[in-house]
Amino acid sequence: MTLLFRRKLLNSIVLTLSGMAAIAGLFMLAWILGDVAWKGFAAINWNFFTALPTPAGVKGGGLANAIVGTLLMTGTAACIAVPFGMMSGTYLAEFGKNNIFGHFVRFVADILVSAPSIVIGVFVYLILVKPMHNFSGWAGAFALAIIMLPVVSRTTEEMLRLVPPEIREASLALGSPYWKMTYKIIYRSAASGIFTGVMLAVARVAGETAPLLFTALNSPYWMHGMNEPMANLTVVLFNYAMSPYDDWHMLAWGAAFIITISVLAVNVFTRIILRTKRRRS
Amino acid sequence: MNMKKRKIWGDVIFRGLTASFASGIAVIFIAIIVVLWHQSQPSIQKFGFSFLVSMSWNPVHEQFGALIPIAGTLLTTFLALLFAIPLSLGIALFLAELAPHWLRTPFGTAIELLAAIPSIVYGMWGLFVLGPLMADYVQPFLKATLGFLPIFSGSSMGIGMLTAGLVLTLMIIPFISSVTRDVFLMVPQPLKEAAYGLGCTTWEVVRDVMIPYGRKGIAGAVFLGMGRALGETMAVTFVIGNAYHLSWSLFAPGNSIASTLANEFTEADGQVYLSSLIELGLVLFLITLIILSLAQIWLRRSAAGRA
Repeated sequence: MTLLFRRKLLNSIVLTLSGMAAIAGLFMLAWILGDVAWKGFAAINWNFFTALPTPAGVKGGGLANAIVGTLLMTGTAACIAVPFGMMSGTYLAEFGKNNIFGHFVRFVADILVSAPSIVIGVFVYLILVKPMHNFSGWAGAFALAIIMLPVVSRTTEEMLRLVPPEIREASLALGSPYWKMTYKIIYRSAASGIFTGVMLAVARVAGETAPLLFTALNSPYWMHGMNEPMANLTVVLFNYAMSPYDDWHMLAWGAAFIITISVLAVNVFTRIILRTKRRRS
Repeated sequence: MNMKKRKIWGDVIFRGLTASFASGIAVIFIAIIVVLWHQSQPSIQKFGFSFLVSMSWNPVHEQFGALIPIAGTLLTTFLALLFAIPLSLGIALFLAELAPHWLRTPFGTAIELLAAIPSIVYGMWGLFVLGPLMADYVQPFLKATLGFLPIFSGSSMGIGMLTAGLVLTLMIIPFISSVTRDVFLMVPQPLKEAAYGLGCTTWEVVRDVMIPYGRKGIAGAVFLGMGRALGETMAVTFVIGNAYHLSWSLFAPGNSIASTLANEFTEADGQVYLSSLIELGLVLFLITLIILSLAQIWLRRSAAGRA
């Protein structure tokens, strides 16, 4: 066995292993999505979207309140986090590029993006739920907003930085003040990028469970406002999947199906937007 | 003159406004640490340092120690990295160097979509699909072939440390592989071509040029995945088994910090119990803080090195 042969052999072994790793990754994606689609689709019917949960063993239960609860809390979280995050992203991109404060906020935001979401849940429990002696939809929305905030801030910053300096210079040369340039020119050129970033952040928090476990809790009833414990798809999924009842497992698969489909749809959709935009420019 | 002054004031206000929102992020970050520290005082004062090394977790007698959840967190993370690092490097290599160009984008997107699936779906899939598979086929097989090792002993329950590690592996592969792919793509073409020109095989170019060139970025990617694995809650809670004992066997059920919090936080009665759980959360936050800081520093440096 010559040295050259041995080198070529080693090369082809490594390359084969690498290809197999990639195929394994794809296979796992197909396997998980296949199971979720297969089992989840069977659970989806009219009742799933319109009926309230029923006790275990009683047929015809649905997750209507949980679907509304998830939409409500995710929407509220977006209303808090999007303006907040956009403003702070604007600071980081326009003023805080190289000063210590900017670096610090960027560093902290990057850490918060990956920080354990359950700790955010504990934090919100301590500052909102415990003092008010009440689990509530507000607390859940607030926890989700904290998770969204650094994501929105960082994507806004990145998108603003992509705006070519010539556009800024042209606007400033015409005598526009900095703030007017930012909100009339820069935001507009970065709008589609910021929008996709926000959509991805919303998709991410819509699938979050851990921060809602001790903030929004869960409820089998329709909500009368956001000041009470609020049903949501992910916590219901958790409780039902951990229960010993088959019909609850079924509903849990249905919930998993709905969540996964929505999150993946947003992800694919935003990729298409970004790609068509890149092709045009 | 008047006009000019107004303009400047507008900019000062704008800058101050955006800066105050930016400082909001820093305030939240600091508030998390301060509030958790403050609220875990009862537990810190009662147990002191022994909290971190004690194995007892007894709500009835209010004796709490964090060793078992900490060990569970570290062990499942270690297992996940053990499987995920080679697989992710393989995937990154395939996406950056080997795959035909028309295949790279769809393949890369597919791997990134693995990261978009909510963690609770992984957990549920692990409990209902992977768990039974482990109990019926994988664990009996491992026991039959490698059963003389203490780590592969014990009963095949399906859920436990090994299954939790595998689910975590799946969850962190997309993070490590997509960052590593980007690192590989940043290696300057002339550097690679020079090595190919000397007669190197693809593997030799990867081993001697691409990996050394991107080592900081790869380290950052691994630590990013590690940070994710340490704090992952739902995927682990489903499959780890929630038991308070320490065993050599990877088949045994255990507990991680995050799964302990998920299971017990709403049920905690009594000040010491609750504040012990809060202290667990603080420990988790500080561990991930260190790991993620290292990840950021390495990723920044590798980005700076490129420029």
